[in-house]
Amino acid sequence: MITAVELGLIYAIMALGVYLTFRILDFPDLTVDGSFTTGAAVASVSIVNGMNPWLATVLAFFAGMVAGTITGLLHTKGKIDGLLAGILTMIGLYSINLRIMGKANTPLLGEDTLISPMRAAGILGSWSSIAIFFVICLLFVAAIVWFLHTELGMAMRATGDNQEMIRSFGVSTDNQKILGLALSNGLVALSGAIIAQYQGFADVGMGIGLILIGLASVIVGQAIFTQRYIWLAALAVVFGAVIYRLVIQLALSVGLEVNDMKLISAVLVVVALLLPKWKGFQKIVKTFKRSPAAVTVKEEVRSNA
Amino acid sequence: MLNIKNLSRTFFPGTVNERKALRNINLELSNGEFVTVIGSNGAGKSTVLNMVAGKLQPDTGSVTIAGKNVTKLADYSRAKYIGRVFQDPMAGTAPTMSIEENMALAYARGRFRGLGLGVGAKRRELFVEELKSLELGLENRLKTKVGLLSGGQRQALSLLMATFSKPKILLLDEHTAALDPQRAALVSRLTKEIVERHQLTTLMVTHNMEQALQLGTRLIMMHDGEIILDLNQEEKSRMTVQDLLDEFGKIKGAQLDDKTMLQ
Repeated sequence: MITAVELGLIYAIMALGVYLTFRILDFPDLTVDGSFTTGAAVASVSIVNGMNPWLATVLAFFAGMVAGTITGLLHTKGKIDGLLAGILTMIGLYSINLRIMGKANTPLLGEDTLISPMRAAGILGSWSSIAIFFVICLLFVAAIVWFLHTELGMAMRATGDNQEMIRSFGVSTDNQKILGLALSNGLVALSGAIIAQYQGFADVGMGIGLILIGLASVIVGQAIFTQRYIWLAALAVVFGAVIYRLVIQLALSVGLEVNDMKLISAVLVVVALLLPKWKGFQKIVKTFKRSPAAVTVKEEVRSNA
Repeated sequence: MLNIKNLSRTFFPGTVNERKALRNINLELSNGEFVTVIGSNGAGKSTVLNMVAGKLQPDTGSVTIAGKNVTKLADYSRAKYIGRVFQDPMAGTAPTMSIEENMALAYARGRFRGLGLGVGAKRRELFVEELKSLELGLENRLKTKVGLLSGGQRQALSLLMATFSKPKILLLDEHTAALDPQRAALVSRLTKEIVERHQLTTLMVTHNMEQALQLGTRLIMMHDGEIILDLNQEEKSRMTVQDLLDEFGKIKGAQLDDKTMLQ
């Protein structure tokens, strides 16, 4: 249970990256399947070669930015459809990731990582580690919310909202998309780097199907929380990522296997997408809102917003 | 201020659908001039506007704004000189962003967009002042998402956003056509006020002849890719809608005769 929350909070950084492209730029970016592993591979190989784990993790962020930039260039300058541009980069990255690692798997056993001090202190898998990861997530949420309120970030939001309009105010939507994809994949790679250090290895297949986890986090989070404010929407993504892990945990505990996880992810996304459209569900939500006795904590958050 | 020289454009050249959208258009707008452009469908009005805005490239000719040749510049690169209001009231604003954020997007036209806060206290004051001039009460709803506003309110906001940073050229593309008569009258009135207050050099395309006569200091009629009538303020003030229709019928009629003769 605690492990699931910990994982959820680390994956939340990836989900925030997906939020940037999927929600802010309105761009379904499949690059993440590759760039997540790229981040893990870059960080792991750097650490194994003796680099400071902080530096290695930052390096992973920049590697992810490069991957995102490539997708952005393919899409904007190459005029390739967004989905296809992402797939192309993702497939290409698979080979690059193998090149970076030299083999399919890079173990980090016995290396100094960002996580090893926590493990040594014995706080991994406890509430204190959850607190640490949560604070880190909050820092990322704060950074993203701040960025999206700067002049640059607002131009990015407008690019996802109304391209024609923001071009008429002198913004190159191409540059905004490239920047957004770079930042997004930077976050995804950073998340991959931390996951690799958390689980103690980088694996060439660890990013497969990751986009679904990201989408599930974004969509589940926003099905529960309102999107009225950016900070609430970004926070919802973090909670969505944790809820996703808890659902997976639940599914595993009732007898489903690890190999079923991709199917569970897919079903979860479909449910989160379809459920709000179903009239019966809308009725249930309404009755919940009407009867004060049934108001839950989540409901309060909504009314505060 | 705006100088259009020998502008030509043919769509689908060399095919059965070949259409000459513009035939050697020349037009010069001096500083503060407000030109209304009328003409039938396919006359080339919107094509001219889109070429000034940089949405369309001409086959030949040039567009010069305030002495700078912008013919080859992308639309967003020349946007620092140009304010633009679209026909669709939804097109000129970002719906998921608030009124003050939309104002901030417009405020930064032609400036470098960095990591400074988009809406600061000082800017908010300026936005409130500007919004007050619309007299729609929007200054009290700064945090409201623009998507929640009515079409008329959105178009009035678009107009304000296009103009309050004082562009060199204001382009209005049938910006009242999609509104109900009452709202159209409001936006028309606001257009007049704002253009006069800022002395904006304006090019307005319209289907509404009444509006074309009421607004502006000069009137141009286009037909089949050519400017067929150019009236200065004095000539324009003596015109009625019926005069315009007669004028149009005369020229069109002549062309019809030409075609009949060719057959």
